[in-house]
Amino acid sequence: MLRKIRIIFAALFYIAVTLLFLGVSWHINLWLGWVAKIQFLPALMALDFGVLAGLIILTLLFGRLYCSIICPLGVMQDIFAWFGRKAKKNRYSYSPEKKWLRYSVLAVFVLCLIIGFAPVTTLLAPYSAYGRIINSLFRPLYDLLINGLAAIESNFDSYLFSEAEIWMRSVTTFVVALLTLGVLGVLAWRNGRTYCNTVCPVGTILSFFARFSLIRIQINEDKCRKCSLCAKNCKAAAIDFKSGTVDLTRCVVCGDCIDKCNDGAISYAVKVKGERLKVKGDEPASPDRRAFLTGAALAVGTAAMAQAKIKVDGGLAEIEDKVAPHRETPLTPPGSVSARNMQRHCTACQLCVSACPNNVLRPSSDPLRFMQPEMSFERGYCRPECTRCSQVCPTGAIQAIQQEDKHFIHIGHAVWLEQNCIPVTNGDHCGACAKHCPEDAIQMVEHTTADGRTVLVPAIDNERCTGCGKCEHLCPARPFSAIYVEGNSTHQIH
Amino acid sequence: MLLTACRNKGERLKVNGERTLESDPAQMTYRINPNTGDKVSLLGFGMMRLPTTATGSARENSDAPIDQEAVNEMVDYALAHGVNYFDTSPVYCQGRSEEATGIALSRHPRNSYFIATKLSNFSEGAWPRKESQTMFERSLEYLRTDYVDYLLLHSIGGGARGKDAFETFNARYMDNGILDWLVEQKRKGRIRNLGFSYHGDIRIFDMLLRWHDEGKYHWDFVQIQLNYLDWHYAKRNNPRNTNASYLYDELAKRGIPGVIMEPLLGGRLAKQPTHILKEMKRADINATPAEWAFRYAGTPEKILTVLSGMTYMEHLKENCCTYSPLRPITAEEDALLMHLADEICDLNAIPCTACNYCMPCPYGLNIPAIFSHYNNMLTENNVPAKRWLNGYNRAVPRERQADHCIGCDHCIPHCPQRIRIPEEMQKIDNLVEQLKQS
Repeated sequence: MLRKIRIIFAALFYIAVTLLFLGVSWHINLWLGWVAKIQFLPALMALDFGVLAGLIILTLLFGRLYCSIICPLGVMQDIFAWFGRKAKKNRYSYSPEKKWLRYSVLAVFVLCLIIGFAPVTTLLAPYSAYGRIINSLFRPLYDLLINGLAAIESNFDSYLFSEAEIWMRSVTTFVVALLTLGVLGVLAWRNGRTYCNTVCPVGTILSFFARFSLIRIQINEDKCRKCSLCAKNCKAAAIDFKSGTVDLTRCVVCGDCIDKCNDGAISYAVKVKGERLKVKGDEPASPDRRAFLTGAALAVGTAAMAQAKIKVDGGLAEIEDKVAPHRETPLTPPGSVSARNMQRHCTACQLCVSACPNNVLRPSSDPLRFMQPEMSFERGYCRPECTRCSQVCPTGAIQAIQQEDKHFIHIGHAVWLEQNCIPVTNGDHCGACAKHCPEDAIQMVEHTTADGRTVLVPAIDNERCTGCGKCEHLCPARPFSAIYVEGNSTHQIH
Repeated sequence: MLLTACRNKGERLKVNGERTLESDPAQMTYRINPNTGDKVSLLGFGMMRLPTTATGSARENSDAPIDQEAVNEMVDYALAHGVNYFDTSPVYCQGRSEEATGIALSRHPRNSYFIATKLSNFSEGAWPRKESQTMFERSLEYLRTDYVDYLLLHSIGGGARGKDAFETFNARYMDNGILDWLVEQKRKGRIRNLGFSYHGDIRIFDMLLRWHDEGKYHWDFVQIQLNYLDWHYAKRNNPRNTNASYLYDELAKRGIPGVIMEPLLGGRLAKQPTHILKEMKRADINATPAEWAFRYAGTPEKILTVLSGMTYMEHLKENCCTYSPLRPITAEEDALLMHLADEICDLNAIPCTACNYCMPCPYGLNIPAIFSHYNNMLTENNVPAKRWLNGYNRAVPRERQADHCIGCDHCIPHCPQRIRIPEEMQKIDNLVEQLKQS
């Protein structure tokens, strides 16, 4: 019973989080965005005490249900473990808690959190690790599928699907996601919840509370025949059948042991002090399978269809790809207050990267801001009507802003590079930046070039410039734009 | 569906009563060239939109190789069904049209067809005397012949960058003495008819006809743009253009035969919005919009031939049917078409015929594709934003869309329709912004 309920809830949460990261529809973010906001570390980063208190109370009452239901990385490992058990039955065994490892990892994590050393915290954050896996590895497959459907529907004069650009946002993040998936996959396949009970800082934090949980898995010594089936099926390696004890710091309350026990000796019930628990005989285990869960996993992994290539006319000039300029100060989205605030609060879950409809956000490769989002404008710019990243961010790294606010938040300022500017380099009349600037921050003025020609070039009003990047994106100079946005260390509000 | 196109015209019935698109070659309408006595089919084959082995014609898909087999088949079919005028140019299909045309035609006796080609003026590099002569000689080589039946000064009336139409014309044809050299070639029999194709500044057209009147140069034929939209309403969507009725009358009163281009405005008149199509179908349930347009263009009697840039066999068959024989437009039908032309002008489409002369845009825009999407959306009522934008992204890659126009104006002198392309790009970009923010 516990197991079935757990699987149903886990599947619902898991699918919801996955849909968020796949960027299936903005409506899903509006309806289900809260599943990201109730994740433990993001709530901690956002100092959302309501959520934190709720999760701690949940754990004090029911044990580490969070790890089995809410945490998508935990559920993902359960999926791998399920396959592992299919391959080899009764594969686990009890092992004592590795306290030194758990606590030292937690200590390092807390230390890095305090000093704001992002690479460690982002790497260890479980929900964010899952976000990166979906965003970096599965999102492109999903986009391929959508592009395939769009190619098909275009034969029927239908316009339901919008083609997505599929591109490598960051090689390092991709590699990290791939390694995370690989390592966790193998660990979970072979030994179940090893990661959650040795490395995961959230698992360790929750274990402090879980040991006092009101309702807990317990073994009725009167019924137990010491057959060891429960221990061999405990993916947390938390059941010591010989002594008849369950290590509550590691038990994730999955309920598998209850179903496995042929003697009805294991129950999930209120702890009763002093006397042995009288347990009703549970009905025998039914060989129900997590078809639901597997289905969800398969849906995510559905292989993509070949994307129809866009034809290029021979009468078209070749277009060189834009290359991102080096920015002294990284550009972070409106709402993130400053690059430092972003660095302190972001767990690099990639939800904002997923949500960005303009291909502006991508994970950073800078070691100090490793995998945290930064902006660049080779494929689009920060459109005036869009505030999506600020709406999805669960950690408060990007605070919610309204569309009207964007006009007043100056995340950066445009910089002109004469040596790239088209009127200077080839004499063509241009003015693309001035024409498109949504803030009227650019006007074309006469300028005498080194060779004595008078041409019209952009003059920038930094007071007006918000750093949206439209000028940089639409500048015809390639590969480097003649006008680009340099970040403001703290976003100016005026 | 296509079969019905042949009703009322060159249609023939099969034994079992089904209609067929096969026209009767004996029924093809011919016009006589008063200069040479050439008996020219009213349907002329334009070799500008030749089929490719990929999708689309060489116009939209200029990277793809020309499907020579299909070209041969269509040329064979055309000749077998009475078409005998083939119009090409050294610049069509990225310079591959003449060769493909030569391959296809040279499989037939030289006296069974007329070849028209041009002395093109697209790039200033081809303007000097020697380069111009080479261009003509190469045309003969590609076309596998030692004479051209109809040679045209290509697209006079336009202005090159920084030059007005007169300066351009003088620099291209007069200062280098190339027009006189062509007259000489005509005397030698290497050119049988000498003429010009006109787009653009009306003063050039008037000047060349004045020369004709003064006996300075004799024009054996002139190629003009004529269709039921341009007859009276050329200025409606573009005040810089001239009505076809004026151009035709000027030629007719001098007895100069006219060759017609853009009878369909680059296909625009073949695809009509539903409310206009409905009116057409009410008048003739079986006629296609293309058939109406071809009948209209072929009706004036001083017209020698009507060019159609055909990519697909079905178009060729339908057009053969339309002119086998021509049923001239009646006064009543003429009134209907003028009424429809008025309604079409009200759509305010961008008058682009997708000739691609503006391409390549140095900043990578796909100008004809952007205009084509915009016009297509105009012909549908109340297109939802999602459909407009998704369709736009499918028709034109994002980095080739209107917002990337910098207004350098390189394209302007190239446009035979005299569209102010950068202004239109701005208009389209504004619309796109509006849709995105909605």
